[in-house]
Amino acid sequence: MSASDSHEGAEPTRRDFIHIMTATVAGVGAVGTIVPMVDQMNPDASVRALSTKEVDLSGIERGQAIKVMWQGKPVFVRHRTEEEIRDAEAVQLSALKDDLARNANLASKAEATDADRVTAADGKARPEWLVLVGVCTHLGCIPLGTAQGEVRGDFNGWFCPCHGSHYDLAGRVRKGPAPENLQVPPYQFVSDTTIRIG
Amino acid sequence: MAHESTYRPGTAFERWIDRRMPILRLAHDSFVDFPTPKNLNYWWTFGGILALCLVIQIITGVILAMHYTPEASLAFDSVEHIMRDVNYGWLMRYVHSNGASMFFIAVYIHMFRGLYYGSYKEPREMLWILGVIIFLLMIATAFMGYVLPWGQMSFWGATVITNILAAIPLVGESVQQLLWGGPSVANPTLNRFFSLHYLLPFAIFGVVILHIWALHIPGNNNPTGVPVKDVKKDTVPFHPYYTVKDSFAVVVFLVLFAVFVFYYPNALGHPDNYIVANPLSTPAHIVPEWYFLPFYAILRAITFNFFFIPAKLGGVIAMFGSIFVLFLLPWLDTSRVRSMRYRPAAQLWFAIFVVVCLWLGYLGSQPAEGIYVVQAQIATAYYFAFFLIILPLLGVLEKPRPMPKSISESVLKAAEPPGGIPQPSPAE
Amino acid sequence: MRKTFALIAAIALAEPAFAEGAEKLHPKEEHWSFDGPFGKYDRDALQRGYQVYRQVCASCHGMDQLSFRNLGQKSGPFHLERCPEGFTDNIDCSNPNENPIVKKIASEFQVQDGPDDTGDMFDRPGIPADRFKKPYPNEPMARLANNGALPPDLSLIIKARGNGANYAYSLLTGFAPAPDTVALASGQYYNPYFAGDMSQLLKPEYRDEDGKPREGVEVPPGGVLAMAPPLSEGIVDYADPATPETVDQYAKDVVQFLAWAAEPKMEQRKKLGFMTVAYLLILSGLLYWSYRSIWSKVEH
Repeated sequence: MSASDSHEGAEPTRRDFIHIMTATVAGVGAVGTIVPMVDQMNPDASVRALSTKEVDLSGIERGQAIKVMWQGKPVFVRHRTEEEIRDAEAVQLSALKDDLARNANLASKAEATDADRVTAADGKARPEWLVLVGVCTHLGCIPLGTAQGEVRGDFNGWFCPCHGSHYDLAGRVRKGPAPENLQVPPYQFVSDTTIRIG
Repeated sequence: MAHESTYRPGTAFERWIDRRMPILRLAHDSFVDFPTPKNLNYWWTFGGILALCLVIQIITGVILAMHYTPEASLAFDSVEHIMRDVNYGWLMRYVHSNGASMFFIAVYIHMFRGLYYGSYKEPREMLWILGVIIFLLMIATAFMGYVLPWGQMSFWGATVITNILAAIPLVGESVQQLLWGGPSVANPTLNRFFSLHYLLPFAIFGVVILHIWALHIPGNNNPTGVPVKDVKKDTVPFHPYYTVKDSFAVVVFLVLFAVFVFYYPNALGHPDNYIVANPLSTPAHIVPEWYFLPFYAILRAITFNFFFIPAKLGGVIAMFGSIFVLFLLPWLDTSRVRSMRYRPAAQLWFAIFVVVCLWLGYLGSQPAEGIYVVQAQIATAYYFAFFLIILPLLGVLEKPRPMPKSISESVLKAAEPPGGIPQPSPAE
Repeated sequence: MRKTFALIAAIALAEPAFAEGAEKLHPKEEHWSFDGPFGKYDRDALQRGYQVYRQVCASCHGMDQLSFRNLGQKSGPFHLERCPEGFTDNIDCSNPNENPIVKKIASEFQVQDGPDDTGDMFDRPGIPADRFKKPYPNEPMARLANNGALPPDLSLIIKARGNGANYAYSLLTGFAPAPDTVALASGQYYNPYFAGDMSQLLKPEYRDEDGKPREGVEVPPGGVLAMAPPLSEGIVDYADPATPETVDQYAKDVVQFLAWAAEPKMEQRKKLGFMTVAYLLILSGLLYWSYRSIWSKVEH
């Protein structure tokens, strides 16, 4: 007979209530202790500070584009000319390899119309401004076409030198092995001349 | 103590495990149904407290290591990054730094308990020796850990202590350079201290398992020092009696821990360690963390040459000797009485010993000048005399008090109403 | 036996005599809003303190651990719970990176960035994520500009000195003209709250042949700094006319700011501490109840 046999009977008594309550309160504390231990792995304040990037648009002339770094990735910001906008708007959805907008500011099933490619987080489309994540959707190279004099490919947008994908003036893939249009990152206009990416 | 297993696997799952790797049986026999003397007082809760301290240090340490950079030009800033930017980083850091102090508070109480109640005596010599090994590993771990923030005290404490290695004859300088990885404490030293600081706690964990194993063969000592005679009358199962009592003691300990972490997080540290390490600027007073102060005092107490042993080497020998003498304790104490509860003369010398240890701690924090040097020498002399002269002589010369015949007898006597107790009925 | 004990006791309680005048004055004990278990930073004092740092101290003293965004975080000087009037919905002013005050402060500094696509470094206006600007690019230049002395970084100064807040306050308000008995070189400024050994600076007529102070000559407490008293009446223009523009006020405000800079998480720490200790006390009570209940049947 083990020393532990002399214990309470089968029915929970008032004394058991104490133990159950104590164990519950202790359990609450244990969970409370786990929370900071897990949260410390979440992005810290210095990483969160760099999770958004503000870009001043006032220096970008029409027809010009710049490349900025955001969360370790390049982002293209192009100030499109009226002609470029007309050409992009004229493209039929049926002509596209990928007919989805790939815009983080819209629902995932939004279509790759030019308007949906230039919509910011407030839902407004601003055709002059095209903001794209500059990472080729094939295997991750950085497409050319942003800086003056760079090759822009057959559709006057961007051209990826690694395996020959061509993107148009709305950043949509038209030719080559890339499966998807260039991603549009989450961004918003914090003033008429400043966007915040991320 | 080692006993026939009483585990009966209840579910099919338990039977499956029991047949293949009886770990649930081992856990049950060690921590549920383990017969434990029923008269243990709160001094016996510190073993459980220490196990928790080890777990806390390992968990917070692994978390800190996710954010810390062990490179001399980046280490200090990475600790500030933890304090300022990492979510709850300040909490992880303060728990870890104050946790080290709490670990040592608990281990010193645990060791003093062992000394007073004779827990090191036959048949628990192995248990005691493993404990001293754990203590040595703790010292090494804590020493290296303090270097990691790369503050002024980190750097200069490391410099002073590693400099004493040069005192070792013949091999001293080579060993020193091997440890440093260069001509002085610098980046290579920091990197390897980080690696070893991460490693050693797991060595401690292994030795702790051996320590508990060695405990469970004879079973726990108890305040009377009288061994268990009758399991039914003298002991209770570890669970729930001591699991709950230890949990209570642990939570009280955590209250003290929390007061330090949340309200006085830097009280046990040194302000100079918030200054980044500067090899060109020595702080006015280099002091180790409080838990090393008694050993620091002993190190600096040897200011004279002893025959062919220069003072510096003498200090090193005395400092390490003060811990190594603990290994010899089971054989130095000649008393046939285990617990000092029944050794009134020993109690007096023990009380003086405790005061001397505290006094050595104070002396370690003061500059080694003037009358403090003499005081440290007297205290060091008593420290060694306690183990090498007093305890051996006491066992032969003392008049112990009469001991109870058993644990249950001592417990009944304590609960005895005036007029005696009625005889217990024969059936159980 | 008794004589031995008496001798040991006498030695045990003795203290060594240190060199005269190596002591500094004990810091003045101020009451700070952040003292105690329920202490908080004084938001207005933090803002004024930042202004004092920026306008008086920052020309020589860096705060390398701080970024502009820290100014906008919870319990910081310029934290905003919600945006003031006139801001669009998509701006979260409680986020230090979007805080308009912080962005404005940061943008007033030019920060080096780069290299650009042609390999050159360039300057751009600061953003909240940037660190505070260093007053000097490196240590040798800092020393060159300060008579060989290195102005310490102030990010952690309050934690890097014993009783830091009171010490810093005493130091800043404690500059005094050197007593007649000492002779200071140029670039040395006497402060009784600063650790040092004034006996080295006694004029020759107050020293004996061995160079020690003569009988009856009192060595002034404290030491000399390479920093001239940085604060003077009216040196910083406070926006609120009701706040005095005195050295004492400036010192209190800048110490408040420096205390926050050294320990920006103090308020969160004390708040979590209260909840933790309260929880542990409750749990210990419950556990004690459990313990007594379990052991009630056993004689022990």
